[in-house]
Parts: sequence; C-alpha cells; structure tokens
Amino acid sequence: MTKSSGTILNAAKPRPRRGEAQEGPSSLRSPLAKVLGQGSAKEGVQHWWAQRLTSIALVPLTVWFVVSLLSLPSYDHTTIVAWMGQLWTAVFLILLVLAATWHSQLGVRVVVEDYVHGSGTKTLMLTLVTFFHVVVAVAGVLAILKVAFGGAG
Amino acid sequence: MTERPLSPHLSVYRMYRYTLLTSILLTRATGIALSVGLILLVYWLVAVASGPAAYHDARAVLSLGVLKAVYLILLAAFSCHLLAGIRHLIWDTGHGIEREQAKRSSLLLAIVSIVLFVGLAWWALHAGGRTP
Repeated sequence: MTKSSGTILNAAKPRPRRGEAQEGPSSLRSPLAKVLGQGSAKEGVQHWWAQRLTSIALVPLTVWFVVSLLSLPSYDHTTIVAWMGQLWTAVFLILLVLAATWHSQLGVRVVVEDYVHGSGTKTLMLTLVTFFHVVVAVAGVLAILKVAFGGAG
Repeated sequence: MTERPLSPHLSVYRMYRYTLLTSILLTRATGIALSVGLILLVYWLVAVASGPAAYHDARAVLSLGVLKAVYLILLAAFSCHLLAGIRHLIWDTGHGIEREQAKRSSLLLAIVSIVLFVGLAWWALHAGGRTP
C-alpha cells in the first residue's frame, strides 16, 4: 500500500495529474466503470421522481383522511359504510391507499437497500417488501370498492 | 463487509451536534412506522367491507389499549413525516439547503411537529366516542 489514504483502486492506479490528458473531454465515468462497461445501473431517476410525485399527492390526501376520520360523529358500522359509500370519499380513499402503498414501497425499499447486507438476503427482503405492498394495495382498494358498491351489508 | 458503517453513518457523526441528521433519520423511522400504520388502515377497511359482525369483532381488536398508544405514535409519526416531507420538497427546489438554514429548519420542524401532534392528539382523544 502507498502512504495515500485512498481506496485500493486509487492506490493501484494513481489519479491523473492536473493537465494530464483525460479520456474524453467531459466524461463522468470512473475508470472502473469504463473497464466493466456495464452501462447504467438500470434505473435512473424513476425512483426519485415517483417518491416526489406520491409525496406531493399524499400531502392533501393524508390531511383530508385524518380530518375526515376525526370529524365523523361515531365509528359504528352504519356510519362508516355511509361515509365510504359517498362517491368522493371512495375516490379519495382509493387514491390514498394507492399513493400510500406506492410511497411506502419506495421508502421501505431504500431502507432495506441501505441496512440489509448480503445480496441474497437483500433480494429476498426486497421481493417480500414488494409483494407485501401489492397485497396491501389490492386488499385496500377492493375493500373500498365493495363498500362503495353496497356490498358490506 | 460487515464492518462497514451503515448509512446514515451513525458511528461517524456526533448526533448531538447534528440536528439535521437527527431529523433526516427521524423521517426514515417515522416512515417505517407509517408503513405499519398502513397495515392497520387496510385491516380496518377490510373489516368494514366484511360486514357488521366482522367489523364488530375487528373493532374490539382495534380498541385495545395497546393500540391506542400505537395510534398516538402514528399521529406523532404522521406530524413529523408530513412536515419533514414538505421540507424535502422545498429542498428539491433548491431553497434552504445551506447548512445554517437546514439546522434552523430542523429546529423549526421539531417545534411545529410537536404542536401539530398535540393538536391532532387532543382532537383524536375527543373524537368519535361522543355517541358510543
């Protein structure tokens, strides 16, 4: 090892000095990336953008949900069914469940990616997280639709 | 491999000096809490859809004392995550990302979150049960 505190890669191949010819005028790719030549990591801005879109949607949706729920006169079955039977309640509830499960999936995914190590465990966890969120979303939407269509007695 | 520090690097930063880091970490933690809350929400929706008898049983479960504490935690998590999320959206526009601004907004975030939580908790404790 050299005396520099760089990584193994830096130690093996010293950085080009200032003024030394670089490969390409504005290349942002590391030497390792060029050698491996694997292209991008298969996803770019989609995760970030979906997280932002769902968070913007969830600001009014969650505030509406909390306020509506706390404004209900009681929580017996008749009251809840009457509330969920209103068209716009059902619409906003479905949007809430879809946006929240999507947002949650994206967030939990990042936490798993950051804290779970070992590619096998990580892949397994990510698969379970995705499946679980899909089940929650489908169950939630179907329950709302059933009540909205008058199927809850 | 296992010796590598975890992100955010708790072992590297000194937490008490980093209100900003604490608020970002809290956003993650409250996000996980709200994901658990989502399960409760869908359980409740499915119970409503399953008819009066099933709803009656589910309501007995959902009214347990332990879960009331969970609802308060969820309200606190909601207050914190909502406001922190709005700050993230503001950060995305390029505003407030200087170190001193971010430290000040973290402090503001803590204060406003607590005020919002106390308001919501007070409302929740007085809601619904008026006609049991």
